[in-house]
Amino acid sequence: MTINQKLLEIKNLTIHYITDEGTVHAVENMSIEIGKGETLGLVGETGAGKTTTALGIMQLVPNPPGKIIGGEIIYEGENLLGKSPAELRKIRGNNISMIFQDPMTSLNPVMTVGEQVAEVIKLHQKVSAAVAMIKAQDMLETVGIPEERHKEYPHQFSGGMRQRVVIAIALACNPNLLIADEPTTALDVTIQAQVLNLMKSLKEEFQTSMIMITHDLGIVAEICDKVAIMYAGNVVEYTDKVALFTNPKHPYTIGLFNSIPNIEDDVEKLKPIQGLMPDPTNLPSGCPFHPRCPKAINVCSKKLPKPIEIAKDHFVSCILYSDR
Amino acid sequence: MADVKIVKKKRSQWMEVWRRLKQNKAAMIGLFIIGVLVFTAIFADFIAPEGYDDQDLYRRFIPPGSKHILGTDHLGRDILSRIIYGSRISLQVGFIAVGIAAVIGGTLGAVAGYYGKRLDNMIMRLMDILLAIPSILLAISIVAALGANLVNVMIAVGIASIPSYARIVRASVLTIKDQEFIEAARAIGADDFRIIIKHIIPNAMAPIIVQATLGVASAILSAAGLSFIGLGIQPPNPEWGAMLSAGRYYIRDHWHIATFPGLAIMITIFGLNLFGDGLRDALDPRLKN
Amino acid sequence: MKKKLIEVKNLKKYFETKKGLLHAVDDVNFYIKAGETLGLVGESGCGKSTTGRVILRLLEPTNGEILFEGQNILRYNKQQMREMRKKMQIVFQDPFASLNPRMSISQIISEPLEINKVYTTKVEMDKRVKELMDTVGLAERLVNTYPHELDGGRRQRVGIARALALNPDFIVQDEPVSALDVSIQAQILNLMDQLQKELSLTYLFISHDLSVIKHVSDRIAVMYLGKIVELSDYKTMFKDPLHPYTQALLSAIPAPQIGVQKERIILEGDVPSPINPPEGCRFYGRCRHRQYICKQQTPELKDMGKERYVACHFVGNLK
Repeated sequence: MTINQKLLEIKNLTIHYITDEGTVHAVENMSIEIGKGETLGLVGETGAGKTTTALGIMQLVPNPPGKIIGGEIIYEGENLLGKSPAELRKIRGNNISMIFQDPMTSLNPVMTVGEQVAEVIKLHQKVSAAVAMIKAQDMLETVGIPEERHKEYPHQFSGGMRQRVVIAIALACNPNLLIADEPTTALDVTIQAQVLNLMKSLKEEFQTSMIMITHDLGIVAEICDKVAIMYAGNVVEYTDKVALFTNPKHPYTIGLFNSIPNIEDDVEKLKPIQGLMPDPTNLPSGCPFHPRCPKAINVCSKKLPKPIEIAKDHFVSCILYSDR
Repeated sequence: MADVKIVKKKRSQWMEVWRRLKQNKAAMIGLFIIGVLVFTAIFADFIAPEGYDDQDLYRRFIPPGSKHILGTDHLGRDILSRIIYGSRISLQVGFIAVGIAAVIGGTLGAVAGYYGKRLDNMIMRLMDILLAIPSILLAISIVAALGANLVNVMIAVGIASIPSYARIVRASVLTIKDQEFIEAARAIGADDFRIIIKHIIPNAMAPIIVQATLGVASAILSAAGLSFIGLGIQPPNPEWGAMLSAGRYYIRDHWHIATFPGLAIMITIFGLNLFGDGLRDALDPRLKN
Repeated sequence: MKKKLIEVKNLKKYFETKKGLLHAVDDVNFYIKAGETLGLVGESGCGKSTTGRVILRLLEPTNGEILFEGQNILRYNKQQMREMRKKMQIVFQDPFASLNPRMSISQIISEPLEINKVYTTKVEMDKRVKELMDTVGLAERLVNTYPHELDGGRRQRVGIARALALNPDFIVQDEPVSALDVSIQAQILNLMDQLQKELSLTYLFISHDLSVIKHVSDRIAVMYLGKIVELSDYKTMFKDPLHPYTQALLSAIPAPQIGVQKERIILEGDVPSPINPPEGCRFYGRCRHRQYICKQQTPELKDMGKERYVACHFVGNLK
């Protein structure tokens, strides 16, 4: 995993939301890294802290109530957390860009799609409006939107086509890192297949690194190189894709796999994870998963387990694998 | 912020609204003013130093002082006492007029929104006609036709503000009736009446309450306006607008007769508006956390 | 063969829109046998939810017949329909929108009992509410809480309890787990399976999620643009899909496994508009096997034997 050059390294990142109800530990002590051209899947359920991580990298965590408590986000050797707002604006959209879940709301309804792509180009490259427009049309063509449609407005496009426009905007400045937050969740299966296919080929064409936020392990199998599984703000398992699918270790990861109805084999009964997601303002002591964990022992409620490297580049945050 | 969701908080929604309202200082000042007003209106008999109609021509035009805190008027009546008793009339007019408007307007709006189509068209066009007439003119003509007394003023002011309630309720019914829980109610066999009463009205309450709070203020103002031009509550009843009107002849020499009723109107309206605005912010889910 | 509980014949539901007639459900035929689960799968806008609602007469169909135990319920008057409603219920997709936010959990669950005057005393009714809460796995202490205090999974359990209150025979499950997280989704799916066995319920399970559909269904119907294109038992459907749309749909699912690299059929374009659809096969524009006849003639849903039905001119001659 470390053969490639590192593009982004997150070290001990902690983000909290401070509300009247209490402090939400959205991201706790997170450490991950992404190499050039690599795709990392960030997997977890509602409230796991996936989106907050993405917003943290983009420095877009709403403040208040959100606050980056500590850690480092090192992008190409520089810590983003020390940058000024002006410097960050130059990076956002140009070097790092983001695709949001809902293509309906992330486009401006009163601008044509061509203008919206051209806007990003004008913002980050010193080109004339006419040149930006030509580049925008090229980009739209690349994502499969015919040239003659660039003068149309978002409402004239279907959901799948809108998400293509969003992808065109994100890729317009040829970013090094693309953060995609559930980019296909709002789409139908056959359209999802189209969009995933497109993203895969664009990724190869432009050598873009990607963080793919998803709750769908099927998408991970499809597109990712490595995976971080998150639960209640913590990365519980972090490894490459093959190891995750062939040899999952953390009880939560195993529970997730057992919860999905299997499309290939017949399973009479699912084996869901018992219980509910914990209240984010009042997380259980020790390992946050211990109240739902089938393998929990006494110690789990007392000590937050550290990531343990059980095989090369396979990290599991679970006491079961420590050499007590 | 799909990631942050607070679950399992044992609080009813109204408690939540109250909690947010308490944080709003202006709204709390408004609530305090309203509280004082309601208190004086209820206990006017005990608080007022004199009756509202105790004339004494030997003590006319006494300026504010230790004996008569706010002075006396042209008939020698204690102004403070009249203002205290006046709060009864103002609050009565305010609340009853709004009650009439909210009940009739609300029902019309709910029916129009729920059944839609032709009924909706008929009701809402009727409301448009009502809205096309300036509300004070409408109130004047109603009072002129029915005669000037307390009840007719309340009816007049109430009718004039029906359309605004109808519109608000219709708008919220339109959004609520497409929600799945309405369909769920239909699936278990609920009839239209039950759906409107049990499922739609309780969910449409929030905007009505805000409108009503602000509406009380404008109803009080309209009633005072009617009294000022002589079409409202008749003397010797201590209505603030009528007092203002009677005092305006003497304003050059005896400023206090017109000023204090005017101030009473102003403070009341101010308090109701502060509270109404605060309530609207507290009920608005977009401001939640 | 078990007896048919529900049978739908030539069912049509058109909506009038400004742009023309929207063919939401267009000449649909199927039956559901007592005690089985029929899965209805398709992409957004294919008419699967409308079908479910029309069967319950929450929407009035434009044309067709709906038979419940052989009786056409479309001929029923208001009074008969009210009796009928006790036998057929629905669980909705969105556990947030399908519960009245101003009603407590006990009020929501007891409402069907109250409307249909099942019990004469409050004590009996409260007892039944507690029993229902127990059946769906809701702790008794939640009886006076409000929907906003519960998480999605628990809310969905409230919705299920409400649907079970009148002891129905048939439940339309309209995307009941789509809004839930995977770990909670599995809990709810298991609950529904258990309830079906214990209370001998018949389900029409509507979903866009093929892996969920496969897990819950005995037979599956695939819908495309208001029409059923293929219907068969779930094993046959997944092993040997016959309609080109079904083939593409099944191949598009990203499987949570590695090493199983299947051949993916990527469909071109989008689902066309259901407003005033042209004559011919609805799938014509996106089909890789299309021929002249497909544009001219709407294919019938052909009986292939063994309860297998396919609507394609070239069924059996493709590959």
